[in-house]
Amino acid sequence: MLIKSPQRGAPGESDATPREVYLNRRHLLRGLGFGAALAATGARAGLLDFFSPAPPPATGALAALSYQPDAAAGGLVATPEHKATNHNNFYEFGTGKTDPARHSQGLKTEPWTLRVEGEVARPGTVDIGALIAGSTLEERIYRMRCVEGWSMVIPWLGIGLGAFLKRFEPTSRARFVAFETLYDPQQMPGQKSRFTGGGIDYPYVEGLRIDEAMHPLTLLSLGMYGHTLPTQNGAPVRLVVPWKYGFKGIKSIVAIRLVETMPPTTWNLLAPHEYGFYANVNPAVDHPRWSQASERFIGPGGVLDVSRQPTLPFNGYAEQVASLYAGMDLRRYF
Amino acid sequence: MTSPSSREDRPLPSSDFRALPGRGLRCAVHLAALAPLLWLFHAVPRGALGGDPVQELIHFLGIGALRLLLLTLAVSPLAGGLRARGWRAGPLPTLRRPLGLWCFAWACLHFAAWLSLDLAFAWPLIGGELVKRTYILAGFSAWLMLAALALTSIPAWVRRLGRRWKQLHRLVYPAVLLACLHFWWSLKSGWVEPAIYVALALGLLWFRRGIFLPGRARRPAAGE
Repeated sequence: MLIKSPQRGAPGESDATPREVYLNRRHLLRGLGFGAALAATGARAGLLDFFSPAPPPATGALAALSYQPDAAAGGLVATPEHKATNHNNFYEFGTGKTDPARHSQGLKTEPWTLRVEGEVARPGTVDIGALIAGSTLEERIYRMRCVEGWSMVIPWLGIGLGAFLKRFEPTSRARFVAFETLYDPQQMPGQKSRFTGGGIDYPYVEGLRIDEAMHPLTLLSLGMYGHTLPTQNGAPVRLVVPWKYGFKGIKSIVAIRLVETMPPTTWNLLAPHEYGFYANVNPAVDHPRWSQASERFIGPGGVLDVSRQPTLPFNGYAEQVASLYAGMDLRRYF
Repeated sequence: MTSPSSREDRPLPSSDFRALPGRGLRCAVHLAALAPLLWLFHAVPRGALGGDPVQELIHFLGIGALRLLLLTLAVSPLAGGLRARGWRAGPLPTLRRPLGLWCFAWACLHFAAWLSLDLAFAWPLIGGELVKRTYILAGFSAWLMLAALALTSIPAWVRRLGRRWKQLHRLVYPAVLLACLHFWWSLKSGWVEPAIYVALALGLLWFRRGIFLPGRARRPAAGE
């Protein structure tokens, strides 16, 4: 059980939801107008009403967190929380989009320790409960672009990965950072059966170059939508790298290793011609089986409220991160 | 134009008794193929297909179409097997057409869901994807073949095409293989599930090997 002492002036759970509504207010209004206009047309309105979004599920097991609101969200409209928590890729719990929400609820996330080791002067383990209690969490409202061609906007909570890693004093030989998800087939059915787990060799591993890991946008996420992470979204601690495809955002991390050479990464091992180590969002480089030039944005609204938008280089964060890749052939290092 | 009180509605008492199971079976096929579509209206708003059901919906419709196609192909071998054992196949062969048409209906919904809900009718993108992506090309080709079969399945076309009708409807075999490949190549990882469908398709094709293998082509296949 996470026990936290609320800070003065910290927003509680009741404040979190209105903020989400606030972020969505334009869409809500548009939605109302849209609905009213269609109500006059009879049958079609009935169909649209039928496919209206599901009510948000209860988030009883999650603890509200206090955080510094993101002042630089740049007018992004957040994806409704129930969509971000019921449309997940977390193959440890099954390959279907609804499998993680269905099969991950039993995952024991407390206590949880995160190991930091390798090329660091002070290797150690961190208790995630203590990390949450002892950190000033920042809200980061980021675009999330999945390699499959859909996207969301998610208000994450967390701490900068760079600042976190510096506590362990990386040595000069630390050129890459390797991440590893929990391996526990008893809790993760996808790790027990190749059929359920999509034929992936577990544990799931991911990696970043050290400069990518130290970049101020890179977040060690401990929460979303004002509370701790739901299990299906990678509780209790996950990576968020907003300019890369979603699969780089490794979930339920147990180990971070600073290393000299480029570490193996799960999807690259599985299909090297489809998924590179870098996996920077790039509308100019298609996935071999589908275009990456545009994306389906999962925003407010019903199933029939489809919105497709152009995909931006580096997922819209080119100004901040393009310099990391100066001189690199991004078609080759995709 | 037939009147509402056609032969089918006023059969002789003896044939009435025999016609009943056939009509009942066809009714069951219609209900079984329609019920999951109606279920969607219940399931989607309740989030049973996830917070964003578009991908699940497309997959649900696609896999349903493939299953219906395999069922359609299973009808003749099943009827043939029953006859070979001296049993009567009864109304079984009459299920082939409704099953095939339902398969096409599901395939149309699958295709339409991809066009509308996923690609939002972005025609330049759709055109590009249809020709550039192998798995989409495979699925689209299978759909075109199914469309040809569905359109020529009305009795007037069956009569008009005569022998050529049978030749044309052998397109169902490449269609099922293309549909399996479409499913296999669409997956990001894993092969067990599509391999099961490929095995089932090849198994059903094996019953019709007389059509494809040289030397046996002239001989009428069993059960035809």
